[in-house]
Amino acid sequence: MDAQHITTKERLAIPRQVMPAQSPEVRVNNFNEVHLGYTPELAQKEALRCIQCRNPACVKGCPVNIKIDQFIKMIAEGNFLGAAKKIKEDNVLPAICGRVCPQEDQCEKMCILAKKHESVAIGNLERFAADYERETGNVELPSVKSSTGKKVAVIGSGPAGLSCANDLIQMGHAVTVFEALHELGGVLVYGIPEFRLPKKIVKAEIEGLKQLGVKFVTNAVAGRSITVDELMKEEGFDAVFIGVGAGLPWFMGIPGENMLGVYSANEFLTRVNLMKSYQFPENDTPVFNCKGKNVAVFGGGNTALDAVRTAKRLGAEHAYIIYRRSEAEMPARLEELHHAQKEGIEFMLLTNPVEFIGNDQQWLTGVKCIRMELGEPDDSGRRKPIPIPDSEFTLPIDMAIISIGNGSNPLIKQTTPDIDVSKRDTIVVDINTMATSKENVYAGGDIVTGGATVILAMGAGRTAAAAINEKLMGTRAV
Amino acid sequence: MYRIVSAQFLAENIKKIEIEAPRIAKKRNAGQFVMIRVDESGERVPLTIADSNPEKGTITIIVQGMGKTTRELNSKNTGDTITDVVGPLGAPSHIEKFGTVVSIGGGVGTAIAYPTAVALKKAGNYVITINGARSKDLVILEKEMTTVSDEAYITTDDGSYGFHGFVTQKLQELIDSGRTIDYVLAIGPIPMMKAIAEVTRPYHIKTVVSLNPIMVDGTGMCGGCRVTVDKQIKFACVDGPEFDAHLVDFKNLSDRNKIYLPEEKQSAEAYVHRCNLIKSV
Ligand SMILES: Cc1cc2nc3c(=O)[nH]c(=O)nc-3n(C[C@H](O)[C@H](O)[C@H](O)COP(=O)(O)OP(=O)(O)OC[C@H]3O[C@@H](n4cnc5c(N)ncnc54)[C@H](O)[C@@H]3O)c2cc1C
Ligand SMILES: Cc1cc2nc3c(=O)[nH]c(=O)nc-3n(C[C@H](O)[C@H](O)[C@H](O)COP(=O)(O)OP(=O)(O)OC[C@H]3O[C@@H](n4cnc5c(N)ncnc54)[C@H](O)[C@@H]3O)c2cc1C
Ligand code: SF4
Ligand code: SF4
Ligand code: FES
Repeated sequence: MDAQHITTKERLAIPRQVMPAQSPEVRVNNFNEVHLGYTPELAQKEALRCIQCRNPACVKGCPVNIKIDQFIKMIAEGNFLGAAKKIKEDNVLPAICGRVCPQEDQCEKMCILAKKHESVAIGNLERFAADYERETGNVELPSVKSSTGKKVAVIGSGPAGLSCANDLIQMGHAVTVFEALHELGGVLVYGIPEFRLPKKIVKAEIEGLKQLGVKFVTNAVAGRSITVDELMKEEGFDAVFIGVGAGLPWFMGIPGENMLGVYSANEFLTRVNLMKSYQFPENDTPVFNCKGKNVAVFGGGNTALDAVRTAKRLGAEHAYIIYRRSEAEMPARLEELHHAQKEGIEFMLLTNPVEFIGNDQQWLTGVKCIRMELGEPDDSGRRKPIPIPDSEFTLPIDMAIISIGNGSNPLIKQTTPDIDVSKRDTIVVDINTMATSKENVYAGGDIVTGGATVILAMGAGRTAAAAINEKLMGTRAV
Repeated sequence: MYRIVSAQFLAENIKKIEIEAPRIAKKRNAGQFVMIRVDESGERVPLTIADSNPEKGTITIIVQGMGKTTRELNSKNTGDTITDVVGPLGAPSHIEKFGTVVSIGGGVGTAIAYPTAVALKKAGNYVITINGARSKDLVILEKEMTTVSDEAYITTDDGSYGFHGFVTQKLQELIDSGRTIDYVLAIGPIPMMKAIAEVTRPYHIKTVVSLNPIMVDGTGMCGGCRVTVDKQIKFACVDGPEFDAHLVDFKNLSDRNKIYLPEEKQSAEAYVHRCNLIKSV
């Protein structure tokens, strides 16, 4: 079977190729990536499954409209580098999106094969092409237009900021990224764990941007170290893009939440991923010693699953997910849910905490919970959980991780009052341009949408870059 | 990399370090702090900006060697570098003309109180400072405190210098003498701040303390620094570090600060062991 001489029937007969992975028993003891990646043979075989639709629905399912049919054809033909290039026309972070995109709700959901068979493994193929290009040392720097003399500041180095910087530098603008932390990458480095997204991949992407000429200033907190107005008036930036993410952890407001052993997911993941406390004492930052302990994570999103799987890897005896709705309502990716189940994570669904219980030194010893049942759909369209009377019980736990979402960090709002924000403190923008209420200031990513996805943040960064270019050059982007 | 332009001990185990950080020097206000990571494997720790020199582009921190990180920092000298310095963080001190203010510093807390005392003086207040230490050789910033104060007192626990007793006793004495006190700022160990809050509570004197919970990012992202104030959760790194002393749950703060005691001990011991090895070579 080769790409030229294969019938549709033969294509449909090929089963979806499973990506090799570390076995659950092994991977719960390490922080290495769960998936090992396709070999070129597996990738080609999987690519042959694509029936090359004349009007590919998958492309419409991708928020940045990657030319999926075209890159998959190239993989089938063995032209892996060509495939990588094709993807990069639309997505600047393919090795990352191929790994963390909720494909089953986007491109793969729309794939025509999903109806009767299994969809083409678009994410896996995207990841393969990007990894192949990087690992064989074939990443070519895109060309950069001659200097326009314009300067743009990007605040925040998450996917929104990085993709905005990438486009702007290629358009010939001088770009400086200001990042509050000491590392670049946003949630990609401090939130998503190594076992799902190796940090060296994020580093490689950032290295590429540096080579293109993007300047990075770490340890720069907008609103504290420097304000948006100072960037524009004193440092001469013609435009500013704000991509600061959604970084203010919510707590539940139940008694005992300030006890020792109660963490926000942000704190727990930051300590482990950014500060590498899983290598304590070689690294100075400690984290709760999970070994042999019972750890409960409250929430049902990607962040909750990342936290609970991390606790398991740190040696937790029992690692629970406690979620007030049922599995069907969990916002986490299905694939991650399955991985977690195989790793021995215990799911307590339709359960809600009401109070943390501790000893006299305020160390956490347990959590009082109540069982829930699902009622009528609420505003979010999901069935609303309601408590079942007299169903309280106490679960002994040593550590709790709260992962119920994030609000917006107030620093920019406090120091730049002329940027309009919503009731939830997210920045209000024109969705066609990502322009804020303040002249020449744009915003995108989680700070606009609230916690969303990498690909949406990236798309927003690109939309803003095009609009900034248009504004600064006084022309339509070419 | 941030270069140290000068470093000297003020007392045993307390070092004054001036660091090149032009952006921070230009922006900082009294009461704000920086997060410092000494090297690639280091922890991020908060330290108050004691002083700054915007022309020279430097900030000054005053560090008491407590555990691994602060001791390592205190082993640094002129010309050495620090990997990360970020700031200025935290809400600036609330400065206005209150009338008569008493600024109280206990131990290294004096270094944290100092910049705010300077700002309170500049705002036209009558500034009384009480500078407490365990004994004479641990008194820091005596000259600086005297210069900003209209009245300066030193107290030592052992009576080896100044007033014999605790800062609370000196404050009580001032109150008992019938003077009007409009505002009290107290910074030092948690038991001291709690005791001061109890001294001023019956007199309804507005009292502010600067809290020292364990921090990670210092920008409001992790919630690790949360403290209980007026029964509500506050993030000390963005809502503080200064809070109304009469509303703070000090027990919760001191309990929470003990969460990593075994790990801190382990780190400090390993550090001392390594230092001794290096010395013996
Ligand atoms: C644990 C976790 C797991 C996730 N898993 C997935 C997944 O599997 N798939 C998926 O698609 N999405 C996932 N998400 C969501 C996704 O990571 C985010 O939607 C995305 O990162 C948002 O990008 P962003 O650029 O808007 O912000 P961020 O990635 O949050 O980056 C913002 C950056 O701005 C910096 N910053 C903040 N304030 C300031 C300031 N004042 N000055 C300077 N810099 C500042 C921050 O330090 C940070 O580096 C996950 C999120 C988390 C937390
Ligand atoms: C806003 C603020 C301003 C401060 N200003 C000063 C200052 O000007 N001078 C000074 O000497 N000290 C200051 N501190 C205290 C200083 O941050 C701690 O002494 C230091 O972090 C201890 O680190 P270590 O590794 O040396 O000691 P460890 O052995 O790790 O800890 C000793 C004690 O310090 C506290 N601590 C530990 N890690 C942290 C952390 N990451 N963040 C905060 N506290 C921690 C804990 O209570 C712990 O029990 C300040 C603290 C805060 C919150
Ligand atoms: S970027 Fe995401 S949605 Fe788009 S093709 Fe890749 S995996 Fe699918
Ligand atoms: S919809 Fe599916 S089969 Fe059709 S082109 Fe896209 S990936 Fe291929
Ligand atoms: S230190 Fe993380 S929120 Fe304050």
